[in-house]
Amino acid sequence: MKKPNLSKKSAGRFTTYAIVAAAWAVLEIMLHTGLMSSHMQGLLVPMAYYAIVAVGLNLCVGILGELSLGHAGFMCVGAFSGALFSLLTAGKLPDGLRFFLALVIGVLLSALAGFLIGIPVLRLNGDYLAIVTLAFGEIIKNIINALYLGIDSKGMHVSFESQAALNMEPEGQILINGAMGVTGTPHDSNFTIAIVLLLLSLVIVQNFIDSMDGRAVMSIRDNRIAAESIGIPVTKYKMLAFTVSAAIAGMAGVIFSHNIATLQSTSQYFGYNVSIMILVYVVLGGIGNIRGSVIAAAILYMLPELLRGLNKYRMLIYSIVLIAVMIFNWAPGAIEKRTRFFDRIRKGIRNGAA
Amino acid sequence: MALLDVKNLSITFGGLHAVDDFNLSVEEGQLYGLIGPNGAGKTTVFNLLTGVYKPTSGTILLDGRDITGHKSAEINKDGIARTFQNIRLFHQLSVIDNVKAALHGSFKYSTFEAMFHIGRFSSTEKELREKALSILRVFGLDTVSEILSSNLPYGQQRKLEIARAMATEPKLLLLDEPAAGMNPNETAELMETISLIRDKYKITILLIEHDMKLVSGICEYVTVLNFGKVLAEGKTKEVLANPEVIRAYLGDDE
Repeated sequence: MKKPNLSKKSAGRFTTYAIVAAAWAVLEIMLHTGLMSSHMQGLLVPMAYYAIVAVGLNLCVGILGELSLGHAGFMCVGAFSGALFSLLTAGKLPDGLRFFLALVIGVLLSALAGFLIGIPVLRLNGDYLAIVTLAFGEIIKNIINALYLGIDSKGMHVSFESQAALNMEPEGQILINGAMGVTGTPHDSNFTIAIVLLLLSLVIVQNFIDSMDGRAVMSIRDNRIAAESIGIPVTKYKMLAFTVSAAIAGMAGVIFSHNIATLQSTSQYFGYNVSIMILVYVVLGGIGNIRGSVIAAAILYMLPELLRGLNKYRMLIYSIVLIAVMIFNWAPGAIEKRTRFFDRIRKGIRNGAA
Repeated sequence: MALLDVKNLSITFGGLHAVDDFNLSVEEGQLYGLIGPNGAGKTTVFNLLTGVYKPTSGTILLDGRDITGHKSAEINKDGIARTFQNIRLFHQLSVIDNVKAALHGSFKYSTFEAMFHIGRFSSTEKELREKALSILRVFGLDTVSEILSSNLPYGQQRKLEIARAMATEPKLLLLDEPAAGMNPNETAELMETISLIRDKYKITILLIEHDMKLVSGICEYVTVLNFGKVLAEGKTKEVLANPEVIRAYLGDDE
């Protein structure tokens, strides 16, 4: 039999795409045949956008080797900038184009935020990025939470006090109503769009890793001094990887804001606990393992929601599952058993096919 | 004109004169040794030459160009590559990817092409792979190109580090104790490799070494460093017979 002309690395990439596509197909079938509860239906899009952020965060944590505790902050930037654009252009642009442009704007602004944070912080070596991103996430969340923004024929009105302080004309439009947030963002995203964007971020991140840029970034992770000694511009590549990582989180934010009726800048959605939750997906999925991030995000996001019926025992079971996943992914003995198990299955398939 | 010309190089850490008024002149094509007892400042000299530290005073000329104060990455582009005393490989990358990373400067495609594997990506990556394999072949590492570099045996890790440095096509190669921790067989093999790359690539090599057999075997000239100062310099045989040098290495017999 002639082997397909794929290197091991690209074969691995396509396996990831196939897993995502298969999961999408199964869930879509369940969705359209009424096999899914309405509670479950509401979880599909969040599952996809958390998987996207996890992929982006893994680029930062696993490939660049820098800890970020503020990816929810980049999501927040993407969510609000995308939502504002859609609100302002609702009715003026066709739906598809409007959502596409909202995505572009959300991605660009979160990339810009990542870039600006990176300029001072990525020149330093050590855990400074974690500290600064943690602060960034909280600051951006609290600023937007206190922000009142409106538009009328005289232009934009901004206030940090109250809606009344905006001094709007009666026919003016309130865009951000302080802690009440943004309402009326068109519901442009759905599960299929979110999966397409998940695939896009997977293509970008996995291809990036398997390229000269990716190797430069990973060489910095493995040994910065040696990377400099072979002429790699360290700060440039750190900035590049971190900016892309922030941009992907921003993309997830745009999906988020176009899937929710009232977009509020609260801890529940954009607090540091969300950043940590995504970091948990990345760590338990395997640092530097992009496919693992997607799978871990899907399972670990769904699990506590599906366990809601168990009330009190929910978080207990969730934490036991976290420990089990950790052992499965990280314990040397478990890794060995797992590899042997999958090898046997592979051999079985090959023998079956022959 | 000398390829590397170091004049009055000094660096102090607090009150410590780690390297004091250091002079060195290495001609093109030479295999030059830098020796001295532990703590003499040899590695500090390397770190000064490669921009890891900035000298307190003095100048470094490479091929007549002043490169004093350049950053590490620039100095590599200026034409100096190095290895490290404690091996610094990209341990989570495969053997070939270590070399590919070092070929970074000689190939080009945009980040956009990298993200979608389009345009120049495939053809460039193919060339890159062939170039990396040809370098690995020189060091006898082409058969292990796909394994993780941290899984290589110690002697091969040292070789891979030299291969990685050579991939940046330097004019001057700095080797920091290349034979450290090697058994006599590995050392002999390493000596062959070093002579081979010097003849094949017509490159100048400056090396730090403790193994006197290696130094007297392959270095034509040496400089001896003691307490940050130059103690002696010249033809290897003459310098190693110098009673001052013997005293610095073996101590006074009191």
